[in-house]
Order: sequence, then C-alpha cells, then structure tokens
Amino acid sequence: MPYTVDARGIRKSFGGKLVLDGVDLAVPTGSIFALLGPNGAGKTTLVRILATLMRPDSGTATVADHDLLADPVGVRRSISLTGQYAAVDDVLTGEENLQMMARLLHLSPRAARARAVELLAEFGLIEARHRRVKSYSGGMRRQLDLAVSMIANPVLLFLDEPTTGLDPRSREQLWGTVRSLADEGVTVLLTTQYLEEADQLADTIAMLDHGRIVAEGTTDQLKSSLGGEVVRLQFADSSGYRRALGSVAAIRADERLCSVEVATDGSAASVHELLGALSAVGAPAARVSVQRPSLADVFLALTESHPADHPAGRPADHPAGHPADHPAGHPADHLAGHPADHLAPVQESIR
Amino acid sequence: MTTAYAFTDTQVMITRCVRRSLRDPEAFFTALMLPVVLMLLFVYVFGGDLNTGGAYVDYVVPGLIVLCAGFGAGTTAVAVATDMSSGIVDRFRSMPIHGSSILGGHIVASLARNLLATALVIGVGIGVGWRPTASPAAWAAAAGMIVAFVLAISWFAATFGLLVRSPEAANAATFVLMFLPYLSTAFVPARTLPAVLRPIAVNQPFTPVIETMRGLWMGHTSTGAALGHEAWIAAAYCAGILVASFAAASWLFRRRTTA
Repeated sequence: MPYTVDARGIRKSFGGKLVLDGVDLAVPTGSIFALLGPNGAGKTTLVRILATLMRPDSGTATVADHDLLADPVGVRRSISLTGQYAAVDDVLTGEENLQMMARLLHLSPRAARARAVELLAEFGLIEARHRRVKSYSGGMRRQLDLAVSMIANPVLLFLDEPTTGLDPRSREQLWGTVRSLADEGVTVLLTTQYLEEADQLADTIAMLDHGRIVAEGTTDQLKSSLGGEVVRLQFADSSGYRRALGSVAAIRADERLCSVEVATDGSAASVHELLGALSAVGAPAARVSVQRPSLADVFLALTESHPADHPAGRPADHPAGHPADHPAGHPADHLAGHPADHLAPVQESIR
Repeated sequence: MTTAYAFTDTQVMITRCVRRSLRDPEAFFTALMLPVVLMLLFVYVFGGDLNTGGAYVDYVVPGLIVLCAGFGAGTTAVAVATDMSSGIVDRFRSMPIHGSSILGGHIVASLARNLLATALVIGVGIGVGWRPTASPAAWAAAAGMIVAFVLAISWFAATFGLLVRSPEAANAATFVLMFLPYLSTAFVPARTLPAVLRPIAVNQPFTPVIETMRGLWMGHTSTGAALGHEAWIAAAYCAGILVASFAAASWLFRRRTTA
C-alpha cells in the first residue's frame, strides 16, 4: 500500500520536556487519517514537524515522496497546512484573499481570478465573495482557509484541529468538505481532540498520548480491541458502588450516578461471572446494560490504567462541567467530556 | 524564487497593504485631517506671536511635514505588529515567497500614505499664504529629502512593530515619533528654547531634516548653519537609520517567523 506520510521514530523535546517520544506514523495515500489526543499530547508538534515548520530532534520521514529533512522545499510544494486559527486577511474580501494567495503561488493574474471563483464555488462562498472576511462566521472563515489551502492542489492536506470552536452545523459542513476533498484523492492528516470527529471522518485513527501512539486502527478495530462489549452496572447506593470499584477493573465510573463500566468480551458467561463476583463482595448491581464500546471507552482504557485511583476525576462526574474544571493530568477528561457537553446525540450514535 | 517573483510578491503585498490602509476609514481620515488641522492650529492659533523672522507659515511647513510623517510611521508600526500577531504570516511563510516582500508591502504603503499627507501639508500651506522661494531643482531636492526621511522612519517603525509584536505596544512608536519634532526646530528656532533643550534640539535627527527642507524652500536655515552642512547631516542620519532598521527588521522578521 502506498503511503503519503511514512514517519519513523520521530522525537522532539522542548527545553528538556519530551513532547514526542519516538512516533511511527504511516498514512495511506488517499485516506483520511486522524491523530486523536488530548491537549498537550503532541499532535500539533507532530504536524508542524511533518509540515517542515519544525525539525525533529531525531527520526526520519518521507512526506509526499520527498524526504522531510533532505528536501523540505519539495515537501512544502506538495502539502498545505491549515492551522487552528484561520490564516486569512480580515480586511480583504474572500475573493481578494484567494486571488492574493493565488498570485503569491505565482499564478498569472487571469489564472488567479479564475481559480478564486472556482474555489469560492466549491467551498460554498460564492455569495459572500465580495464581503470582507471580518463579517464571515467562524465556519465560513474555516471554509475560506481550506479553499486557500487548496489553491495549489496539494496532495497532502494537514488540518490541525479544523473544527475547534465551530458550532455543530458549521462542523458538519466542514466535515462534508473534508470528505469531498478526500474523494478527489487528497490525503488528509487531521488532528482532533473530539472523538466523534475522528469517528465520523477518519479511515484510520491513531491515538496519541504523552508523545506516543497508544493505539492505531480503524474505528471498528479500535472498538473491538477493547473486547466485545462494555457492561454498565448501576448500584443502589454509594457503598455498593465503592465496593464494586474495589473489586473490578472499571474503565469508567460515576460516583453521583453510582455507575461503573467494565469491558468484557460480550459473552453471557463473562457477564454472569462479573455479576457473581460483585454479589460475592456484597455489591449486587441494581441495573445492568450492555453496549458496544465507544471510542471514548477505548481511549480511557488505553490512557488511564488505574481509573479507580481518581474516582472524583471521572469525566461523567461533571456532565455539565466545562473541560477546564477538570484537574490537569487527566487527558481523557476533555476528550470524553466534550461530546457530552455539546453533542450528546452524536455521542450516542457512536456507541 | 527568481527576481521576477520577488517583484510580483512585493506588488501583491503592496496591493494588500494599500487596500488595508484605505479600508480603515478612521485611521485614513485622521491621517488626512491631521495636516490640515495642525496647519490651521499652528498658523492661526499659536503662530501669531512667534518670532521666527517672517510669516510663521513660512517657518512651520517642514516641521508639520515631519510631524505628519511621524504619525504615518506610527500607523506602519501598528500595521506590522498586527500582521505579526495574526496567523497570516505563518501562511505566507509556508508559501514559496520572499520574506522581504511582506515588509516591503508595508513600507511602500507607508510611503504612499505619507507622501499624500505631505502633499496635503504643502497644499494647505500654500492656501494659507506659504510662499516658498525655491527653484524647481530645490523643490526636487526637497522632495528627495522627504522620500529619504519617510523611508527611514518607515523602516524604523516596521522594526519597532516587529520588536513589540502587540499592536497596542506598537502604538507607542506614534507617540515617540510625534513627540520628537517638538524637541527640534520644527516649531520654534533653537535659540528660543531653554538652554537645557538646545543641544538636544540641535543634535537630534529631525532638526537637520527640517532645516534642509527649510533651506531649500526659503533660502536660509533657522540654525544659521549652511544648507549644505544640514543636508549632509540629514542624509547621514537617514542613511544610518535606514540601514540599521533594514538590517534589524530583516533579522527580526526571520527570527519572529521561525518557530
């Protein structure tokens, strides 16, 4: 299988702090690849390295058939990077922005005008072409930013948290745009901290945590890596809940709801065994439900091996809480917390 | 990256900066109102009682030109700082373009704004009775002095904008550049200043620039020094500021945009 990005052993540290700890990454040509991880996992650093804006301390990579270190100019010609903040000129109109960037990419004035109109149409901005970007919505700015990225027909598009700060409708719209770019054959490497964004868009997902890839695969592969099903147990009171926490390997727990979630292979025998074990420690479950694991479950299982140590820090403890309310050092809090905050229906559909 | 592309790149950046200037109506209006208001203020309100050896308007025109240029350069510092604090410079840098063209666009737009303001000072000056005695050659020399001065303080302002990064802090450049003319021979001859201020006024860069213009237009300087003497010092100041700022700006720009 041909790969547009093939990176081996990428390491990078800033002032003694290791940010990337030997990352291997292979992005199949023509696919959408999501790099999923919490803030501070090293996603942006990895993207900036692969986009030649930063040099790795060690490691090698081939990006779009060019060696990253030996031929950064060749890489730069084949890629386009869209960062977390739309890099467009507020004071100019959408059309002027596109024409300006096209001219800077050395298209002739006539070709720049034609390309601008083409992209305005493709990205749904034709009506807004004569308006200054200052008056655009967040979603329109990202669309324009993407349009600018596509002027030179890059083979690889880096999207660094493309939907951060967008409302759900703009987010859906942007997803549609990214999908149609992939259909045209563009390879997309996107970073996101939203599980359902990775789930919706990506062919392959790599989970990055503390500078390392902790899991990689398709959504289905990742979900089944956890075992077949997640069993959710609810207890009548908090004493039962505490006893249960002490005796099973919970992937998630919620003290307020007195609920504990456990990964199993999904067989009746394993559920039976689990319930038996709980009864034996004096914590009979009041209610039981079984569901397919979500990406959040996978992430929690992979990034936190001792969930019972921090029962108060579980994301579901604060269903209405802002991610910033959670203590630092719980990478999964934001990940799991965000969809519950804003996109509960979407979150449910993952399960 | 051939020279032809450098030219195109700079042209595109100039178009961008000029558009940005024109679309900031408040700043643009202020820049155009300033020369008119200051001229009327100095000639009719302050100038009546100032003994400068002749009509005050004959004395004050060069001073108002540098004052307005100082204001214009402050705008440039803010524009550069605004660019540097937005994501667009990262975008420009990821494209195969000349780094110098980005600052070049700001400098040319600054030159255009300032020359417009200068033309306005001269126009209003003539309207209120300014009668320069200069020959066409002296006019051309004065124009050369203005261009050299505006270029020098525009590069200085761009450097300042790169250095401070935040647009608010860059605004401080406006203050400094508009304050310095008051400590020069712009509005009153050095001999009328307190003894403490006299050495500052005579030796700071604005004075020789002002005196060169004054000498060229009116035939004599206010300091009593020969025109040629003032012109040499002015040229040396402009060249020095230009070279130092250009070097510093280029270095800072590369540093600021390389993460």
